[in-house]
Amino acid sequence: MSTENDTVKTPQKSDYDDKFGSAEQQETIEKLTQSDYKWGFTTDIETEVAPKGLNEDTIRFISAKKKEPEFLLEWRLKAFRYWQKMQEPHWPNVNYPPIDYQDAYYYAAPKPKKELKSMDEVDPQLRETFEKLGIPLDEQKRLAGVAVDAVMDSVSVATTFKKELAKHGIIFCSFSDAVQNHPDLIEKYLGSVVPYTDNFFAALNSAVFSDGSFCYIPKGVRCPMELSTYFRINAANTGQFERTLIVAEEGAYVSYLEGCTAPMRDENQLHAAVVEIIAHKDAEVKYSTVQNWYPGDKNGVGGIYNFVTKRGICLEENAKISWTQVETGSAITWKYPSVILKGDNSIGEFYSVALTNNYQQADTGTKMIHLGKNTRSTIISKGISAGKSQNSYRGLVRVSKNADNARNFSQCDSLLIGDKCGAHTFPYLEISNTTAKVEHEATTSKIGEDQIFYLNQRGIDTEDAIGMIVNGYCKEVFMELPMEFAVEARNLLAISLEGSVG
Amino acid sequence: MLSIKNLHVSVEDTEILKGVNLEVKPGEIHAIMGPNGSGKSTFANVLAGREEYEVTDGEVTYLGQDLLDMAPEERAREGVFLAFQYPVEIPGVSTSHFMKTALNAIREHRGEEQLDAMQFLKLAREKMQLIEMDEKFLHRSVNDGFSGGEKKRNEIFQMAVLEPKLAILDETDSGLDIDALRIVANGVNKLRSSDNAFIVVTHYQRLLNYIVPDYVHVLVDGRIVESGDKNLALRLEEQGYDWVKDNDAVTA
Repeated sequence: MSTENDTVKTPQKSDYDDKFGSAEQQETIEKLTQSDYKWGFTTDIETEVAPKGLNEDTIRFISAKKKEPEFLLEWRLKAFRYWQKMQEPHWPNVNYPPIDYQDAYYYAAPKPKKELKSMDEVDPQLRETFEKLGIPLDEQKRLAGVAVDAVMDSVSVATTFKKELAKHGIIFCSFSDAVQNHPDLIEKYLGSVVPYTDNFFAALNSAVFSDGSFCYIPKGVRCPMELSTYFRINAANTGQFERTLIVAEEGAYVSYLEGCTAPMRDENQLHAAVVEIIAHKDAEVKYSTVQNWYPGDKNGVGGIYNFVTKRGICLEENAKISWTQVETGSAITWKYPSVILKGDNSIGEFYSVALTNNYQQADTGTKMIHLGKNTRSTIISKGISAGKSQNSYRGLVRVSKNADNARNFSQCDSLLIGDKCGAHTFPYLEISNTTAKVEHEATTSKIGEDQIFYLNQRGIDTEDAIGMIVNGYCKEVFMELPMEFAVEARNLLAISLEGSVG
Repeated sequence: MLSIKNLHVSVEDTEILKGVNLEVKPGEIHAIMGPNGSGKSTFANVLAGREEYEVTDGEVTYLGQDLLDMAPEERAREGVFLAFQYPVEIPGVSTSHFMKTALNAIREHRGEEQLDAMQFLKLAREKMQLIEMDEKFLHRSVNDGFSGGEKKRNEIFQMAVLEPKLAILDETDSGLDIDALRIVANGVNKLRSSDNAFIVVTHYQRLLNYIVPDYVHVLVDGRIVESGDKNLALRLEEQGYDWVKDNDAVTA
């Protein structure tokens, strides 16, 4: 297991081809493909943990620890009581052993030695971890135009560029901070898109969520930088329950990036996050994810269970929410970033690359719920299966009675590498309005020996050839990603495809 | 440069090449002609290292190395180039990215410096002019939506960029109209030098009006049955292949 870390950041260049083509990037890819799961190290920072198991006392402990207002404790308890009556769902096309929810810790926080006023005061060991992760919490990042809110385990340790954002009235902070400083906003929006009654894992998250990010863009403000958060599971056997809430007021715009890596573990770890997005009139929110949780080893041992509920609502007219995701990690991925198109003329988009290798399983897709008139949605899904993995697209397009002239275009492609993997497509259409226009295209193809040989014959080795073909296949999605993420995504695909050849 | 001795090749247990001998020296152009199913394409592909073709006997030495022992990408890096009869489409990968990656892989192998985007683009533009292709093809996905003629021209463009020592053209003339044929041939002629060699595989004599070969070999039923100069191609054009079919294998 390697403890080195070369960051995968490369300089920004202008043209698209450069984004994917520079020699430095190629080198980086080569370096990375030769290593094991690179982010598989752990730090031993003394953690303060809640007693093992889940009951009302655990929840009171978490809430007290975080000095939460009464309304939030009550909400957590309601969620917990509701969750207790629920059954864990098993409808997705994935298999995993039963989860013992009592055999886990629900709170772990790195112990702060004192109040932190600046980055210099952050635990050096923790900073070292961030270095290994390649999270540059420094001026370089500022030059790149990205503010970073780093989440270690369950508690935010440092938030940068708050001041600059504050000038614009933008709030970008840990969820805990938001609870302390903006309780009114939290009370107004928390659970408004994903209520705790929504599903088993959303209910669990609502009861025990530890921390996450909060982002608020005031009326008419275009966020001057891309907002980025890195998540990381660290303490062993700690369920990770992130909560993210993004609110864009009238005419606001924000591009939000979420990326994650996790340390190597032998036992499975549950990750059940909830992300809620609210876009008011004329607002636009672009949410991009590169997901690289530990996928388990080549034999399918270990790895993260990534059971996430992500949903946005275009609350008023002309709002737009766009999800872009690149999913290469996790033993099991189970998520459907969705958009409720409530406002007239609102737009929902979903661009996804889901890659599975070895014994990974993914059941992912989206839901586009058309409620308003003239609402439009686009779904582009690219599934890639290698090794013995199973990859399913599951998507719902629902056009309600009043959604006159709703439009949807869906394209779901599957690419198979080798003959031991599986690709599945489950499209659901529920159309209750005759003026709706819904198009669905689907293809399944195998990566061609002919294509690989063609590239070989030009001097490109097989691993790079597959990387190139797969990246070409995903191009439509990568074009939706911010530059920096696109490079990372390309690197991730190369890493994840390691060993899938032959 | 290239020395082929008693080459036997099978595809799925059917013997296609039954003892081919050929010597190619730098600066030479060899034409391989023959009727359909004689093994011409097998011959071209086996030199490039295509897996489905199993070499059952014989040896191939290229620049003093055992060619058959090398992976396809190693052969390419050592200067072997195959212009494909049916070039493959690679959606989403631009021709410029593809060629830059290929050229830099080859340059790395030779211990030469990598070209950056600007340097590559300059080179690529020059080579595009050589075969009278519009620059926009650089930015389009490799062969994706190209016409048959455009694909063939793209092969010659790639050859011009990679500057191989040994170029094998597998029926590059098929599917080309007369103007495109002239352009392709013109491109090949400009790349010709005393250091490199060409093996031109073709069914028809017409390409050889433009690319004048030093030697013409006739492949029939997996054996070279007749070798000669360019006049042999003319005779084949007039008389067809029947008269050579009964010849015994010759050593070229």
